Amino acid sequence: MNRTAIDPITRIEGHMRLEVEHTDNMVHDAWSTGTMFRGIELILPGRDPREAWVIAQRACGVCTHVHAIASVRAMEDALGITIPPNARIVRNLLSGSQFVHDHVIHFYHLHALDWVDVTSALSADPAATAQLCARTNIGWPNNSAAYFGEVRTRIQRFLDSGQPGLFGGGYWGHPAYTLPPESNLLLLAHYLEALEWQREFIRVHAILGGKNPHPQTYAVGGMALTLAPDAPSGINTAALIQLERLLTTGKDFVDKVLVPDVGLLAAHYKTTWAVLGMGPGNLLSYGDFPEDDTGPGSFFLPRGRITGRRLDTVLPVDQAAIAETVARSWYTYTEGDATLKHPSAGETRPNYTGPQPPYESITSVKYSWLKAPRYQGEVYEVGPLARLAVAYAASGGAVREAVDRFLTGAGLRPTDLFSTLGRVAARAIETQLLAARLLIWLRSLRENMAQGDLRVANNGKWDPATWPPTADGWGATEAPRGALGHWVRLSDRTIAAYQLVVPTTWNGSPRDAEGKRGAWEEALIATPLADPERPVEVLRTLHSFDPCMACAVHVHDPSNGASVTVRVG
Amino acid sequence: MARNGTTRTHDTARSQACTDGRSIAALLAQDGIGRRSFLRWCGYIAGMLALPVEPFGARIADALTTTPRLPVLWLNGQDCNGNIEGFLRAANPTPSELVLDRLSIDYVELLMAPSGKAAEARMADTIARYSRRYVLVVEGSVPTAANGAFCCVGGKAFTQILREAAADALAVVGVGSCAFDGGLPAAEGGVTGAIGVREFLAGSGKTIITLPGCPMNVDNLTATIVHYLTFAKWPELDDLGRPEFAYGGCLHRSCERRQHYQAGRFVLSWGDAGHQQGWCLLKMGCQGPGTPANCATVRFNSGTSWPVAAGAPCLGCTRPRFWDNLSNAFPTTASPLALHVVSGDTGGAR
Ligand code: SF4
Ligand code: SF4
Repeated sequence: MNRTAIDPITRIEGHMRLEVEHTDNMVHDAWSTGTMFRGIELILPGRDPREAWVIAQRACGVCTHVHAIASVRAMEDALGITIPPNARIVRNLLSGSQFVHDHVIHFYHLHALDWVDVTSALSADPAATAQLCARTNIGWPNNSAAYFGEVRTRIQRFLDSGQPGLFGGGYWGHPAYTLPPESNLLLLAHYLEALEWQREFIRVHAILGGKNPHPQTYAVGGMALTLAPDAPSGINTAALIQLERLLTTGKDFVDKVLVPDVGLLAAHYKTTWAVLGMGPGNLLSYGDFPEDDTGPGSFFLPRGRITGRRLDTVLPVDQAAIAETVARSWYTYTEGDATLKHPSAGETRPNYTGPQPPYESITSVKYSWLKAPRYQGEVYEVGPLARLAVAYAASGGAVREAVDRFLTGAGLRPTDLFSTLGRVAARAIETQLLAARLLIWLRSLRENMAQGDLRVANNGKWDPATWPPTADGWGATEAPRGALGHWVRLSDRTIAAYQLVVPTTWNGSPRDAEGKRGAWEEALIATPLADPERPVEVLRTLHSFDPCMACAVHVHDPSNGASVTVRVG
Repeated sequence: MARNGTTRTHDTARSQACTDGRSIAALLAQDGIGRRSFLRWCGYIAGMLALPVEPFGARIADALTTTPRLPVLWLNGQDCNGNIEGFLRAANPTPSELVLDRLSIDYVELLMAPSGKAAEARMADTIARYSRRYVLVVEGSVPTAANGAFCCVGGKAFTQILREAAADALAVVGVGSCAFDGGLPAAEGGVTGAIGVREFLAGSGKTIITLPGCPMNVDNLTATIVHYLTFAKWPELDDLGRPEFAYGGCLHRSCERRQHYQAGRFVLSWGDAGHQQGWCLLKMGCQGPGTPANCATVRFNSGTSWPVAAGAPCLGCTRPRFWDNLSNAFPTTASPLALHVVSGDTGGAR
């Protein structure tokens, strides 16, 4: 049995290390480590609840929006605030565009290089690539032999310069790369197009939020922006037109480039990768995108749970069933590290017991800065696959149609979704669903405005004098990477306790007291590993979860101003 | 929990860059989407740097087309990836031009192809081959407590990685507020001993440039690098390492709501009539007065907007220790003007 460390894991958000045990070119066991800690939840207590979203938002600069939403929702829950319908729609627009943007970046810039061999693209025939593009990306204008010839030359020149930049050191020529050169060139051309596309599309966030990353127009009670058709600034008629244009061109790219590209990849790699990387088989979605004010029942992507990979039964979600343990994490619990604690009663004392850096291997019992969240004590996977599986099983309709269309096209079955490739497919299908839905939400905003409804904030509880002496709140949302919850306790008009349970803490958790592996630790078992120095197969499964480590590591202290002891050694 | 920001002296010449920026923003907006002219962009950068477009636009173009691509190592410490994401929003050169044609980004965990040892080898290779010729960009704060255990990459403490990578760097550029002064992890309540790059590398004799902001504006990073490529020297810096062209002027002076400020027309609650008419956000906690930044002129996301334009108050994220003064931005009963004085920031007059 050999043990190999892969650190840094790149093309993810944040700092992550993976150690795998392998023999005969196959992974037998895996340990996932979050290697960075900032302590955001130690910084939140004692502050004004209305500023919490600004701080919480900094949990992640990639999915830069979702923590702000979860935070204001937690406060609104605690204070009993109902936001105006327009604020709900604007938040859906911000969330939905965040998903579309983030999923496109994930596929092309964080994941594609696990499947696409850059050097192979250099031997592609540009004319044949143009023919492939015409068959795959129907109606996409950037398609001619000359265009693909130019891209090929540009990449060739880049690699020949002796300064291969981002592509340097890639695992090119690895036997796991099996796409034909033309497919590689096509996807590489779209990698470059997507770089430009994402910058343009996310101007939606600049219009609605002032900037991206870290849009800034949130407020407890609604949004700090204005809706007024004739006003000189804010969301006026000109802004609505601009939003419509950006969302329309965004949808065009998703329909004609992203979805067919993922289909091409899935059809090619399905024999191996629709079987591997299955994960725990339990899936959790808080659901999101409320379409009226009646609660989870109105969510475009529904709330629910699936267990044992069964696509015929959706179970309810009760946030009281969520608890975290630190049995294998670098923290201490007063009642014993194996205890499962609900986030609202959570506790954290960082207690690093790993090896002193520099180290070669982490073999200590505790091995991560991530805690281990469990639902009724069980390991759950969250993310696009969980959301789509729940939606597929729960409702049918548009989701079922989109999933079936994609699967048929790629020659896959619904049960194939529970795999490495299934996660990639689910993410693309979700992108398509949301890209279309965004335009519908924009239309309802425009209609409300046309009818004279310009309210976008409920200011009734802005003044802390109106708040109860103590209050508890839960703010739930779906982040691109999965279910995200913030729990807050307010006392004396300040934050007394604050806790985040984030998607990657679910998916990338270490083992718990019972030794149950986290979701991707589990998914990595039986992954082939032709060359441990070039672990491209491991990266495929890991990246299919879209890890996001910075926000996964968090720490919380329930007592306002309590001091925290950090012991090392 | 207010901690005082460092008070800066006002200098009219410095704020010039801000005012000039207006036409630049217009230029950029005009450029819009679609095909962008490289020369036009060079003129834009010249403007940002407060240089006359003639002859500097052409000189910048020359420097960019004839220089071998500048090797860049981009390190992430205690961060959220907001700055590297911000980098990807570059208007011009576009992200693909930056990555393929203008720079050689040899190490950046968010985007590079290899992981593990192969990734580490890329960094070592650049340090060896391009000694004193690569730029080290640092995003995030440096955790100095617990022997570095709060941030490790490849089994090494980030403190060690940064020290080693900085030793042979041409210059170090700290992007974002965390790299500036420790930022969020260093805010009250933090336990990781987080500090900024200037403090961490103090005494190293390195040129250390800081681009605070949460995250930084990518245009300021490109302009800084272009300045070096064109003139073989770094732009003029203030005593905290911030380039004067970007941080020498006060945001409040170039704000589009300033006429309302001067006329005493203030927004008093979210979505009120004044808010809809684009009035001044001071009484909603705007930290613009006293905030050294060019957001109002350069704006974000291809010049599309900036927080105040969208309707939200400025949080003062380019100021030292802004996280511990954040509550000023959420006033209720106290006059925000008084709050500015309480926080020791005399910039209200600027
Ligand atoms: S300065 Fe802001 S955007 Fe940059 S790493 Fe820190 S929190 Fe993230
Ligand atoms: S206080 Fe803020 S909104 Fe008012 S003019 Fe100054 S920067 Fe603009």
